[in-house]
Amino acid sequence: MNHWTFVITGYVIVFVGIAVYVAWVLVRGRSLTNEVPEERRRFLD
Amino acid sequence: MTSTSSKATYVVGWAALVALALSLLFALVLSPPEANMGDSVRLLYIHLPTIAVSYVGYGITFIGSVIYLRNRSAFWDLLAGAAAEIGVLFTAFVLITGAIWGKPTWGTYWEWDPRLTATTVMFIMYLGYLAIRRMDLPQEVRSRRAAVVGIVAIANLIIVRYSVQWWRGLHQGRTLGVDTQLDGLMLFSLFLSVVAFLLLGAWLLVHRFRVAWLERQVEDMRLARALSERRGEAGGATLGGAVS
Repeated sequence: MNHWTFVITGYVIVFVGIAVYVAWVLVRGRSLTNEVPEERRRFLD
Repeated sequence: MTSTSSKATYVVGWAALVALALSLLFALVLSPPEANMGDSVRLLYIHLPTIAVSYVGYGITFIGSVIYLRNRSAFWDLLAGAAAEIGVLFTAFVLITGAIWGKPTWGTYWEWDPRLTATTVMFIMYLGYLAIRRMDLPQEVRSRRAAVVGIVAIANLIIVRYSVQWWRGLHQGRTLGVDTQLDGLMLFSLFLSVVAFLLLGAWLLVHRFRVAWLERQVEDMRLARALSERRGEAGGATLGGAVS
């Protein structure tokens, strides 16, 4: 296999993994903010 | 505010995005192939930054755990947990990119080399830390046990860091140091990638901490609701008993 195959595979795994985690964190944060009353959302400003 | 974003996270997030785009340009296009490793050296520009994020994450977990055990502050407990989760994610990337890089350079995806073994043990130990944080125990007990593991587990980081000096193995020695072989554009590409990933790590940490804070609020609210329902039932039963 060409070196570029390994390079691209590595980069794709890392960046797709990060993208999935970022999406999960943002979506979970958004849904939880709707469950928590405003006065208890400390650390969000 | 209906999300975990704020002005500060916008600034850090955009800075991380720009830095990541630039680091990709330097890592994959502008930096030259290395004399011995050829183009596979480009894996260095994600392999080393991901372990840098892990180290910082585990360092924060250690500090947060120590402070939590001293003052029982929810802030430090949640920060330690958020940092450990990011550390584990990036350690997984380190192990994966290392295995992928191993094939063209060492001829194998995996070898029980001291650095690889120590990194795997560190990964498993912090997975255990995260498992403790999710155990069905009273919040305070869970946090205290996790903090103890968060302190003990830092020994792994030191073992991983010095494993290439203490034992002979396949893994190369320190990438950056007095015997650094990288120069010019390669060194700059590496530096840029480390900065970009650290910015991303900081952005992720703030968001993950805020999610953890919200999770704690939801957990407390549910507990308070369950207790009040139980008291209501008990009160009703007592009243019913008195009437009958």
